[in-house]
Amino acid sequence: MKALIESIVTPLVDHPEDIVITESEEETKIVYHLKVNGDDVGKVIGKNGRIAKAIRTVVYATKSDSKKRIYLDIM
Amino acid sequence: MKQITASGQTVEEAVQSALEQLNTTKDHVEVEIIDEGKKGLLGLFGAKRAIVKVSLTKDPIVEAEKYIKEVINNMNMKVDITTQVKGKHITFNLSGENIALLIGKRGQTLNALQYLVHLVLNKDKKAYYTVTLDAEGYRGRREETLETLALRMADKALRLNKKVALEPMPAYERKIIHSKLQNHNSVSTYSDGVEPHRHIVIKP
Repeated sequence: MKALIESIVTPLVDHPEDIVITESEEETKIVYHLKVNGDDVGKVIGKNGRIAKAIRTVVYATKSDSKKRIYLDIM
Repeated sequence: MKQITASGQTVEEAVQSALEQLNTTKDHVEVEIIDEGKKGLLGLFGAKRAIVKVSLTKDPIVEAEKYIKEVINNMNMKVDITTQVKGKHITFNLSGENIALLIGKRGQTLNALQYLVHLVLNKDKKAYYTVTLDAEGYRGRREETLETLALRMADKALRLNKKVALEPMPAYERKIIHSKLQNHNSVSTYSDGVEPHRHIVIKP
């Protein structure tokens, strides 16, 4: 899952080396925290969150091994 | 970006030798001339070799195709991609097993991926491309569905003598409905609302 998020985001940003993805598991869901360079925040969120929404749609469509819900947090 | 410096008797020879080393053609590189070189006297005295710096430019279409492949592989799916380029419009056709998962409800996953590919393709702003991501003829099937829906909803609007609002759709899907009903005698269509909730209204 981390690899997926990374492969989606990397070509969109100007500073791919600053991408940090962390994972934290909660009771009912697995949360992935995505951090990018300050200059790139707009590039992963987009106007009215359009890019963020597209990233989430693709991520949520992926079948995961665990039954827990997946959540993507963009910071 | 891959780049090399090459030299030759003339600029052209130098470029040629660089292309051979990079194993590519002139369309895929940027050439920077460092020294034009001098022929010298009788080609013997004071001759200076031409030096060029040749760098491989990335073909955005190839990059986009790689991007699609990588993302889909990371979704644990396997697909084949065929690419069609028509001027500035590029169509990527995907096929493989479990393609329904990739399309999603009303094509939302496919549309999201298409938007991301569009961003990757137009990132360096050198040229503006439009992209269609198609999965085993999904776009064609969807077009037929939308056309029948358009006619059915036009009938409904006439029967009830009331405006009928459709659910929100992306721009090119609305376009299909608009053009289908354009020549319809007794109804007119317009779009209402702000993206991403923009939707069609059929008026008797």
